[in-house]
Amino acid sequence: MMAALSTLSGGLRRPLWPRRYLLAAVIVAWVLVWLFVRGQDTLQLGGAELTPLHARLNEGSEAIDNSRNDNPLFLYFINYIRLFLDESITFVQGLISQPSFGRPLPVIGWLGVVAIATAVAWLYGNRKVALLTLAGFVSFGLLGLWEESMDTLALVLAAVALSLLIGIPLGIWAGVNDRFNRLVTPVLDFMQTMPTFVYLAPLTLFFLIGPASATVATIIYAVPPAIRITAHGIREVQPETLEASTSLGSTPWQSLRKVQLPLAKRTIVVGINQTIMAALCMVTIAALIDAPGLGKSVLKALETLDVGTAFNAGLAIVVMAIVLDRLTSAAGRRVETAHRAGRAQKPGRRRIEVAAVLVVTAAAVYLSHVYVWAAEFAGDANVGPYVRRGADAASQWAQDNLFVYTSAFKNLITYSLLNPFEALLTGSPWWLIGIVVIAFAAILSNIRVVIMCAVSLGLLVGLGLWQDTMVTLASTLVATVLVMILGVAFGVWMGRSGRVDQVLRPVLDAGQTMPPFVYLVPILGLFGATRFTAIIAAVVYAAPVAIKLTADGIRGVSSAAVEAATAAGSSTWQVISKVQLPMARSAVTLATSQGLIYVLAMVVVGGLVGAGALGYDVVAGFSQLQLRGKGLAAGVAIVVLGIMLERITRTAARRADTVARGTR
Amino acid sequence: MTMTSPTKQVQPSVDAYVEDRAVLDVRGLWKVFGPRSDKVVGSPLEELSRAELKERTGCVAAIRDVSFTVRPQEVFVVMGLSGSGKSTLVRCLTRLIEPTAGEVLLDGEDIRKASDKHLRELRRRRFAMVFQHFGLLPHRRVLDNVSYGLEIGGAKKEARYERAREVIELVGLSGYEDSYPDQLSGGMQQRVGLARALAVDPEVLFFDEPFSALDPLIRRDMQNEVIRLHREVGKTMVFITHDLSEALKLGDRILIMRDGELVQVGAPDEVVGAPVDDYVREFVRDVPRSHVLTTRWIMRPPLPDEPLDGPELGPDIVVRDAVHTVLRATRPVKIVAGGELLGVVTSEEILAVIAESPGKPEEGK
Amino acid sequence: MTVIRTGPPRAIALMVATGLFVSACGGAKVGESPSAAQQTGDAGKKACGAVNLAINPWVGYEATAGVIAYVAEKKLGCTVTKKDLKEEVAWQGFATGQVDAIVENWSHEDLKKKYIEEQKVAVTAGSTGNKGVIGWYVPPWMAEKYPDITDYKNLNKYADLFKTSESGGKGQLLDGDPSFVTNDAALVKNLDLNYKVVYAGSEAALITGFRQAEKQKTPMLGYFYEPQWFLSEVKLVKVNLPEYTEGCDADAEKVACDYPLYDLDKIVSKKFADSGSPAYDLIKNFSWTNDDQNLVAKYISEDKMTAEEASEKWVNDNPDKVKAWLPAS
Repeated sequence: MMAALSTLSGGLRRPLWPRRYLLAAVIVAWVLVWLFVRGQDTLQLGGAELTPLHARLNEGSEAIDNSRNDNPLFLYFINYIRLFLDESITFVQGLISQPSFGRPLPVIGWLGVVAIATAVAWLYGNRKVALLTLAGFVSFGLLGLWEESMDTLALVLAAVALSLLIGIPLGIWAGVNDRFNRLVTPVLDFMQTMPTFVYLAPLTLFFLIGPASATVATIIYAVPPAIRITAHGIREVQPETLEASTSLGSTPWQSLRKVQLPLAKRTIVVGINQTIMAALCMVTIAALIDAPGLGKSVLKALETLDVGTAFNAGLAIVVMAIVLDRLTSAAGRRVETAHRAGRAQKPGRRRIEVAAVLVVTAAAVYLSHVYVWAAEFAGDANVGPYVRRGADAASQWAQDNLFVYTSAFKNLITYSLLNPFEALLTGSPWWLIGIVVIAFAAILSNIRVVIMCAVSLGLLVGLGLWQDTMVTLASTLVATVLVMILGVAFGVWMGRSGRVDQVLRPVLDAGQTMPPFVYLVPILGLFGATRFTAIIAAVVYAAPVAIKLTADGIRGVSSAAVEAATAAGSSTWQVISKVQLPMARSAVTLATSQGLIYVLAMVVVGGLVGAGALGYDVVAGFSQLQLRGKGLAAGVAIVVLGIMLERITRTAARRADTVARGTR
Repeated sequence: MTMTSPTKQVQPSVDAYVEDRAVLDVRGLWKVFGPRSDKVVGSPLEELSRAELKERTGCVAAIRDVSFTVRPQEVFVVMGLSGSGKSTLVRCLTRLIEPTAGEVLLDGEDIRKASDKHLRELRRRRFAMVFQHFGLLPHRRVLDNVSYGLEIGGAKKEARYERAREVIELVGLSGYEDSYPDQLSGGMQQRVGLARALAVDPEVLFFDEPFSALDPLIRRDMQNEVIRLHREVGKTMVFITHDLSEALKLGDRILIMRDGELVQVGAPDEVVGAPVDDYVREFVRDVPRSHVLTTRWIMRPPLPDEPLDGPELGPDIVVRDAVHTVLRATRPVKIVAGGELLGVVTSEEILAVIAESPGKPEEGK
Repeated sequence: MTVIRTGPPRAIALMVATGLFVSACGGAKVGESPSAAQQTGDAGKKACGAVNLAINPWVGYEATAGVIAYVAEKKLGCTVTKKDLKEEVAWQGFATGQVDAIVENWSHEDLKKKYIEEQKVAVTAGSTGNKGVIGWYVPPWMAEKYPDITDYKNLNKYADLFKTSESGGKGQLLDGDPSFVTNDAALVKNLDLNYKVVYAGSEAALITGFRQAEKQKTPMLGYFYEPQWFLSEVKLVKVNLPEYTEGCDADAEKVACDYPLYDLDKIVSKKFADSGSPAYDLIKNFSWTNDDQNLVAKYISEDKMTAEEASEKWVNDNPDKVKAWLPAS
């Protein structure tokens, strides 16, 4: 627990020793009080029991449900949005994935799509990315998943385009207007931490079953990064540069167009990148409401516990994520150098190159429209079965042979760490937890956060799921500690060595984008339906982010400082522990708070593998009509928990920073 | 900086073209940051010290009741340590920061009353600013950076490029039109900043510590560049700096600020020769006085029995330049202006000034 | 540098373009090749039109729906659209008019009340012939080693065996899919069992648990149900709880008896029922046994056939049963 807290507060430093003692004192006092009042006022609630609030939430959703046919909002507004969404996605599907316009095959066959994607990568990125794109798109066909991949691509592209259409203007607004920024931030927090399962079923009431609902669900999850990162990019512009523009008499609009937007362009591309990744994360979940594509293959395979097939489809999702990620990143870098290179390079040469690429692409598109061999990916070139068999064999082997060790490991962590900690949290009266959280907030951050914590705790009590919240909190904190151990260890390793980075990065990308449903079965086999399995799933998903952020921070440490430390005779370990980690502290803190958010994003998946508590409540609410209100309450509890923990870590880190700087 | 560089005093009589008219007339200017800052000025609160005000209201008074005038074609230097409010002051003059109270008259017109549109018009045509960290647009070439002000003013492409090329040549950057800012050294980047400001042909140029981010040698070059440009284009300049030697070198007049308040305004020799309080005195202590003071500051009335047939010098000759004449003369040197005898200077006075001055000019301040 | 940058692409581009056109010669064209021939509508066309079938996410359901869809398309010339949906979303589909039929419904009294009684958008279309059994199961090796374990009265004796890291010193009873309201917590309490209910959260978790338990010979007691394809892989043994009597489960708090036998039924939208579509008659007449379903489910889960392939095989093997479902013409 101590380790957890010191990691959470972002590697406290010398000037903060007294605070560390204070925290220790709070924990000791907590345990002592717990010994006496254990089991009192723990606000337990049985699995199927409902509080009046839950019942009222049920009634509320019923009411909306029933007014669907005569409410003008539905008749004149939502219906048109739905029609528009359905039509646009069906149109894209008709182009690349589904039989359309009276043809037995889509308008553009595999060869044409591969050519277009490669050409885009070549013209907007570089040759290396074009090669990767070519390989990636061909692999969809080779895995035997061409049509599914194209369905997914259509959905993702449509959702991303709409997310950007909404997100970038709002992001710009949030970038230039403080008030709007303050207003929109909690809304975005809410959108990102509210589990999708909570709004998936109601969404189909508004937008009906079909692509429209899937798109809206995806947008809800994918639009926040677009808004946040765009706003960040606008805000990042040097104030003096903006001032210079103003001092020459620019209107705000001119400054935005000629200074802020061009300078924020690169950051905005990062935002686009994150939006794409978020959209791909939703592919599997949206399949629960009949969204077409790879997600469906994954879920179908899960019904028969067919790990191989799920892995095969998951692999296609990962490949798509990596291709789109690298493509947008390369395009982003190109944005910067584009017009410079454009001027430097002889325009004639470039024009010939572009023309050549376009001619080949057009030829490929034409062929794929006319000839069957270019339209339909040949079935005999299918390596899917091998991938499936390989994954099956690997999963089976691991489950058969590693079970003894993995279950021993699970028991070790559960008995020594998770169970005692959970006992402390669930056994404490709610008011004791309240006092402890507020004491932590007071020691670690400022009065505003203390008030926010008090309000959040009040909400958590009011939501009627206190016990479940405590169980989830225990698992969440343990998972976050594991994430940070991995994050720091691998992050340092990656940050110090470019080669390690190159090898590890695709693996991390896979961990982040491989749908959890794919590896649920093997980890269930290894660890059983337990809270620990849920923790493992969360770690697989969250550790890559923490590792990447830490590595970026380590790499960002000025080489001069490292050189100086080396010149002073530091050992490698000393350089890491005394120079690189402390100097990368803000990155480590960011990694912690992002790790925490990612862990919370997996609470619901945890509910599917034995974590119980809030995750299970949400899943059950999605599956049973009378538990819908309770599921909604559980979703809100996850959001409240997330926002509370995130604010404490963030302000703690900020305060630690200022304290450290103030005493220097 | 070294003291061998050309100084203002070498120029043909400054006073000759400085009229007594004010281009910029600042009256009772206040800037208070913080909650309900508009309630401070005009209330008893304005009498409080900075610290007390901060404690009582949470407000910070960055500028407190500052008044001064800037005359046509003079270089007016605002000097102070960091936190003295000088950067805020210059931003208030162009309303990059909105002043809390007071008047800023440009040729008699209060720019605080200007509408947003009119203010933009003023910024586009009548004043321009050079920034400490240059504030260049990294995504534009030098040519496009320099013509930026003309572009937003609506000038046609050919016209603005033509003007930009002129100015680029003026600041000595010919051949770099197609470079990007990050391909240039710091000094060259600031030349771009300077060119950008000059391109719109403003009446008043504001400099916000333009050379403090540059290394000493480049800084000296740039100071000389400003002196040269001032001589060539004769703009009115308001120059912010924390570097006294820079202030003395460039300024026709210097305004010294402390804690948002005006401490002293005067010509360099006035500031050095007659500091108004210990703060200023402490400031100018290390200045080589012989390089700043003029004969006017060291002359004394002739003694009754002194021979008055020695050589003559004007009252505005810097001591350093008078040394040779005075030390060679066997008689006291007469200080004469308009045929009238103001006083005399002998080797004794000269040596006293030189002895007081620190032996070496301070380098790398 | 620029030469290297632009030289090869042009060459490659030319080569590729030429290559493509050369190889293109003689290829089959889209629309005239047999491989892309239209496959639907080769049976005599009646006024059947479109049928929207909800597909709930378990294999048994897919088997039933697969056979119905196959027969509807091949014998009646309908256009069947399958929609992959969780149960509750599928029921909502009746209200929005997007779902015509759910072909294997496990009770769901609350949904019946809402959509059949209150909103009147759905009606029942009779039993599927399948009987749903719900209860507590142990892996076969345990039933063999501890023969008396199948009586609930002996469960306390073996509670220690079932202890896990999750069950806090008691025996663990693993509950499953959250789609179903279980009485297990009340049963444990009312039967005085020294057990704790742990929520696995998904069918996958339950099946993986049982599979590992049988393979690794570890103890496990869990909630399960039949018909279920997994039972043909591992023959789980049911634990006998006090026998079900009519009304013994009326008060959810006081339940102390086994689950009833569920009569799995079919639900169709009111609109579809009134449309006179032959597909409605098919669905209404459809009925088969648990063994039938298990067979098709096995084709899908173990033999890795698609639902269409599995259905085709079964329909061809059982022409008489299929004939009985078809509307008299």
